Amino acid sequence: MTLPSLEAINLTKKYGSFTALSKLNLKLEGSKCVGFLGPNGAGKTTTLKIFTDMIRPTGGMALINGIDVNKEKKKALKSVGVLIETPEIYGSLSAREALSMIAEIKGISRASVRKSVEDVSELVKMKGLLNQKIKKMSKGMKQRINIAAAILGNPEIVILDEPTSGLDPRGMSEVRDIIKDLKKENRLIFMSSHLLSEVSEICDDVAMINHGKLLAYGPIEKIVEKFSKVGAVEVEVNLFRPVTGDTIDRLRNIKGVRSVKKVDSKTVLLQVIGGLKGQEEVLSRLVRIKLGIVGFKQSSSALEETYLSMFKETV
Amino acid sequence: MAQKLKFEEKTIVPNSFYHITIMMLYSFLEYVRSRRFFILLLITIAIGMLLTGVVAYYRPQSFLVSEQSFYANWWGETVTFIIILSAVFFGGDAISGEFQNKTGYFLVGNPIRRSSIYLGKFLAAFCGALIMLLVFTAMTIGNGLYYFGGVTNLFWESLSFSVLYLATAIGMTFFFSSIFKTNSTAIVVTIILMLFVFSLMQSLVANLAHYEPWFIVTYGAQIINNVLMNPYPPSTQTTAAPLPHGQSITVTSYNATVPEGLIIMIGYFIVSLVTGLILFEHKEFN
Ligand SMILES: Nc1ncnc2c1ncn2[C@@H]1O[C@H](COP(=O)(O)OP(=O)(O)OP(=O)(O)O)[C@@H](O)[C@H]1O
Ligand SMILES: [Mg+2]
Repeated sequence: MTLPSLEAINLTKKYGSFTALSKLNLKLEGSKCVGFLGPNGAGKTTTLKIFTDMIRPTGGMALINGIDVNKEKKKALKSVGVLIETPEIYGSLSAREALSMIAEIKGISRASVRKSVEDVSELVKMKGLLNQKIKKMSKGMKQRINIAAAILGNPEIVILDEPTSGLDPRGMSEVRDIIKDLKKENRLIFMSSHLLSEVSEICDDVAMINHGKLLAYGPIEKIVEKFSKVGAVEVEVNLFRPVTGDTIDRLRNIKGVRSVKKVDSKTVLLQVIGGLKGQEEVLSRLVRIKLGIVGFKQSSSALEETYLSMFKETV
Repeated sequence: MAQKLKFEEKTIVPNSFYHITIMMLYSFLEYVRSRRFFILLLITIAIGMLLTGVVAYYRPQSFLVSEQSFYANWWGETVTFIIILSAVFFGGDAISGEFQNKTGYFLVGNPIRRSSIYLGKFLAAFCGALIMLLVFTAMTIGNGLYYFGGVTNLFWESLSFSVLYLATAIGMTFFFSSIFKTNSTAIVVTIILMLFVFSLMQSLVANLAHYEPWFIVTYGAQIINNVLMNPYPPSTQTTAAPLPHGQSITVTSYNATVPEGLIIMIGYFIVSLVTGLILFEHKEFN
């Protein structure tokens, strides 16, 4: 079985003399979730729109599973779920009709359209509102329908542009869970977002873009290590015994630990180098020296710190 | 934790013909449920009732002298107005709306050709407008049967030309609608062009330039009315109108023959549909 892939080759988009996207080269492959990060106006939506036939590139190619989306759209998007910005839906249709339309377009067999529509709306908690007219729905409800439409037909690749925008906190968390669920099967998810905690929670890799240029692409912990101010990943360690000066000394001596900072009586923050492998080694040493370790977790703000040090200014 | 995704469905993307049908059905649903549809239906019925009332009350000679002249007076001019009105109502923002209202964002990212979206919406608009045409036809025939007990064959001819003109007019409104990105511009420009500019140009070309306006669609559409005339008006007719001081001015009027009229309408239909499609294919969602 071939791996799902998205590939931008010298992808360029100009608006008059303004270059929104400049020779972007990026290949995403395999079943994973890739976060697409960058400040406002960086070119994220532009990139995702080119991949979904909403705009045409000025130069370069956008390949989905090796197929040029601008040449063979139907074939390229055959197994892709798409949500770009916040689409509107024909207001007089009910949610059920709107989703059935997309299900039929995607080619879900007649016999299972009804069930597929009900299944996806259950996921986005809209099953009870399927017969309501779209024009009577709130922004967040419509966005749930949009997400349901994107995942209809069990797509192999999912392209999402700020999928949780407009949702209430519960909605955001539900959508995060849906995306995590989507990850479980052989699926490639490419998702732009400004919510860094969301990205570090869901995604494996990140692509960082600014002024239409790719700045970095790779696994989150590699990017964090390479680009954060401290050049290491921060790990939060919880102990069940109070932290003493001796504990800190012993932690400092572990290979791969760059620095140790006491947070409170039972928590310390370690700066660890060597990526995930480094973290694994540090953890196994920690266990061996029996300090009373009960928790070991990559700091959730690591990505945010990296982001802030990478993008010094907005726009 | 959300429940596991249980849809194991594998999809087979349908052919474009099937896509067009899907788009047609759902856009048609959207059309017939819109407030606009009911307003247009009311306008059409109001026009029909007005004519019915006027004919019943005033018994105008021109209407009642013969069966053919009844249909000629009742149908010709009025139906073109209804056709253009419905074309604007259904087509004016059909494409621009996909951009301005962002409904296109829901559709375009799916494995469907943009041309299928365009053609499906076109067919839906055509069916919607056809309902208006049929309502007016029913009212026409109702009155015709009441006064003359029959329908002249020429009326069926005229009706079929009207259906063609309807397709052409919608093709043209779709074309204008794909030029503009805002609905109001698309609708206003289409109304001005279809209701005024074309007929104005037509009379300027004919009367001032003394040139047959064969390239203007409203000229071709005159066969809808002309076919009901007795006799069918001649291709060119020059009449001298006397002016004071013994001078006179010659006025030339042109009339397309039925084949000419058909060719003009079909020409406009094809050109507007094809160029509209090309415009939509290249238009960007931003
Ligand atoms: N139609 C357009 N005409 C001119 N410039 C445009 C157009 N659309 C986008 N741009 C410009 O292209 C750049 C990239 O925009 P894009 O929408 O891709 O940014 P983004 O990364 O998605 O930002 P955000 O985080 O705000 O969504 C911006 O500077 C924007 O101003
Ligand atoms: Mg954006």
